[in-house]
Amino acid sequence: MRGVGHARWAVCAAAAVLATAGCGGGGGSGGGDAGAVLSSSWGDPQNPLEPANTNEVQGGKVLDMIFRGLKKYDPETGEAQNMLAEKIETSDSQNFTVTVKDGWTFSNGEKVTAQSFVDAWNYGASLKNNQRNAYFFAYIDGYDKVHPESGEQSADTLSGLKVTGPLTFTVKLSQKFSTFPDTLGYPAFAPLPRAFFDDHDAWLKKPVGNGPYMVDNYTRGSQMSLRKWEEYPGPDKAQNGGVDLKVYTDNNTAYTDLMAGNLDLVDDIPAAQLKNVKSDLGDRYINTPAGIIQTIAFPFYDNDWSKPGSEKVRKGLSMAIDRKQITDTIFQQTRTPATDWTSPVLGEDGGYKAGLCGKWCEFNPDEAKKLIEEGGGLPGGQVKITYNADTGSHKQWVDAVCNSINNALDNDRACVGNPVGTFADFRNQITDQKMSGPFRAGWQMDYPLIQNFLQPLYYTGASSNDGKWSNEKFDDLVDRANAETDTAKAIDLFQQAEEVLRDEMGAIPLWYQNGSAGYSQRLSDVELNPFSVPVYNEIKVG
Amino acid sequence: MGRYVVRRLLQMIPVFIGATLLIFLMVNVMGDPIAGLCGDRECDPATAAQLRHEFGLDQPVWQQYATYMGNLFTGDFGTAFNGQPVTELMGTAFPVTIRLTVVAILFEIVVGIVLGVVTGLRRGRPVDTGVLLLTLVVISVPTFVTGLLLQLLLGVKWGWIDPAVSTEAPFRELIVPGLVLASVSLAYVTRLTRTSIAENRRSDYVRTAVAKGLPRHRVITRHLLRNSLIPVVTFIGTDIGALMGGAIVTERIFNIHGVGYQLYQGILRQNTQTVVGFVTVLVLVFLVANLLVDLLYAVLDPRIRYA
Repeated sequence: MRGVGHARWAVCAAAAVLATAGCGGGGGSGGGDAGAVLSSSWGDPQNPLEPANTNEVQGGKVLDMIFRGLKKYDPETGEAQNMLAEKIETSDSQNFTVTVKDGWTFSNGEKVTAQSFVDAWNYGASLKNNQRNAYFFAYIDGYDKVHPESGEQSADTLSGLKVTGPLTFTVKLSQKFSTFPDTLGYPAFAPLPRAFFDDHDAWLKKPVGNGPYMVDNYTRGSQMSLRKWEEYPGPDKAQNGGVDLKVYTDNNTAYTDLMAGNLDLVDDIPAAQLKNVKSDLGDRYINTPAGIIQTIAFPFYDNDWSKPGSEKVRKGLSMAIDRKQITDTIFQQTRTPATDWTSPVLGEDGGYKAGLCGKWCEFNPDEAKKLIEEGGGLPGGQVKITYNADTGSHKQWVDAVCNSINNALDNDRACVGNPVGTFADFRNQITDQKMSGPFRAGWQMDYPLIQNFLQPLYYTGASSNDGKWSNEKFDDLVDRANAETDTAKAIDLFQQAEEVLRDEMGAIPLWYQNGSAGYSQRLSDVELNPFSVPVYNEIKVG
Repeated sequence: MGRYVVRRLLQMIPVFIGATLLIFLMVNVMGDPIAGLCGDRECDPATAAQLRHEFGLDQPVWQQYATYMGNLFTGDFGTAFNGQPVTELMGTAFPVTIRLTVVAILFEIVVGIVLGVVTGLRRGRPVDTGVLLLTLVVISVPTFVTGLLLQLLLGVKWGWIDPAVSTEAPFRELIVPGLVLASVSLAYVTRLTRTSIAENRRSDYVRTAVAKGLPRHRVITRHLLRNSLIPVVTFIGTDIGALMGGAIVTERIFNIHGVGYQLYQGILRQNTQTVVGFVTVLVLVFLVANLLVDLLYAVLDPRIRYA
């Protein structure tokens, strides 16, 4: 890689002397140059960059470029396809045998073996390593020893993982989970090289992975330069010479920089610019569905919201919200009104069912009013929708939702927004179960499975069940779906569970969020994957 | 003089302790920062407890403060949530902000004082009225409007500058942001100098100097300006600290990764270590700048002496 870089430099220098032709961006000139580097906006990752420690988009973006796991989600369909996995076999949905493909290496030359996976997963699960995504390994047998809910851990490795050969290992789960192999495309399951364990600090300064790119230079908080790894053995080689991820203090500035021609790709169009973006960029503006849904959750630990008949109030509130108008005017169609609790990126086969919510998600002020009265009226005569005011322009839509509810109920004081200063404080109030009324909730999928949209959010005691909703019938259907080996049947069971959720209106679905991006004239083949992250390796420059 | 400096330095200690304690308490009142660390999903209790322990958040606040101050004397400002030592963050942020502040202060001194002298000497003339109007406009338009407007015009429409400052943030890229940052203070410096000059122009010592037949530029620089600068120096001195801490808007607009940006991130993520560390250093900057201003008085006006 280095050699090529040098050669190109020499050619450029010669060209510059001969014809004063510019060789910008460390590449050459000409159409679709495979050596040219593009620049892209970035945000400072919140946590140290480790696969099992990264739970937000910015860090995930990098992991997606420098790592390949057993599976990879198709950028277009979201389907989990084998990447490093030769095969993953099971007969009982609980014991899996994984065979890793031969011939893969990390960019430092180390071979990717079964051990690379097992070591990485053990590291990720172990309590003493403080990994934010440790719960991803919770299904694996022995997790409760490695990561007890309180007290010291009594084991360092997961008993459910066994290396059976250089390229094979077995996974034993603590319960049946038929779609487990499909979760393995999540970055937390990436393999790690020995270098990670031998010199952890050095690795964090310059991560080494097995993906199509390698980290060339990383200045924390300001820029990461990724370059194409020429010897990358996978089928999805980088179509460009590399990507410079630049940290921006504000996405407005990134957008301005794109307009001025100093930046190639912005993957987060600021809300204020959505009105102009089509005239500014034309075809170079992308607005595609992503696996993100926004909902309004309820505090079911509060008697006002869990007493009999209150489901009518919740349904009434849902029907009082004019989703179409809000998504059109406030979000400029970067959101789509929701009609179920999943996301269109799953596709029909994956469990997305348009209209599952039925009339409860349609705007109908008259019936809304009637239902709320039948249910005993709004608790305390008023609902307060709590949200965090520091990021994500939540204020605008909460105010609009309240406005819609007030109009439907002919009552100016029926609904008000209740802003909380910081996200951390907002999360505090949720964790401490201090919410006295509905609050904003959002879910970005970890993997494109219907299970991921239901179980973590609504299963009794689940990690993101912030409203503490609990329903035996729902839990039972989810359990049965997880145990079902036939995918179609499993999805059908999940949808039945979703219907239980609908009948109780466990949370009000608002809209599906799109990913939006804009790019410069230098680029082509720019797409966003279902996680709303650009598919960097497909982008052509020039 | 020496004793005065020592006394002033000693006075700084209680101010320093008080200021850091206040900031520490304020950040802690906001609640548990770990809650925001795991995104829209609750951290699993075991990991949260472990993280809380690692950052010392499981101890009572007074103990956290004592530990923090103890570490501070060994030069340890703690660790930010992304695993980076706060001193490392400071090492990258402060040089950038200092450069930006230097540019801003230079604008204030050079442009502000020159305009002030010119208008002060020509009171009531068209130049004076023009500059007065201009400063009025600058004072009344918020910084972010000026910043965004200049960024749009110079950066996008005319392409004279890059709208975003690069990571290295060299001086030449900081000229426009520095001007934006300085703009409001610049207007105040102009007005302060103008008033001061206009007032002192009629004083006895100026008349004496003119009567002695001193050349005009000497009268202005050595006699008139020197005596008129005391209020201006006071203002610029306190402005150094204000500019460094208040650069948050300018830094955001022009993508400058300086102190303002780090503070903003620290507050958003409720990162006690970052916020307290940066504010502590800013408090020190304020105190030192104030001391320097007081010492400068004696240079400008020898009648002022320190016991």
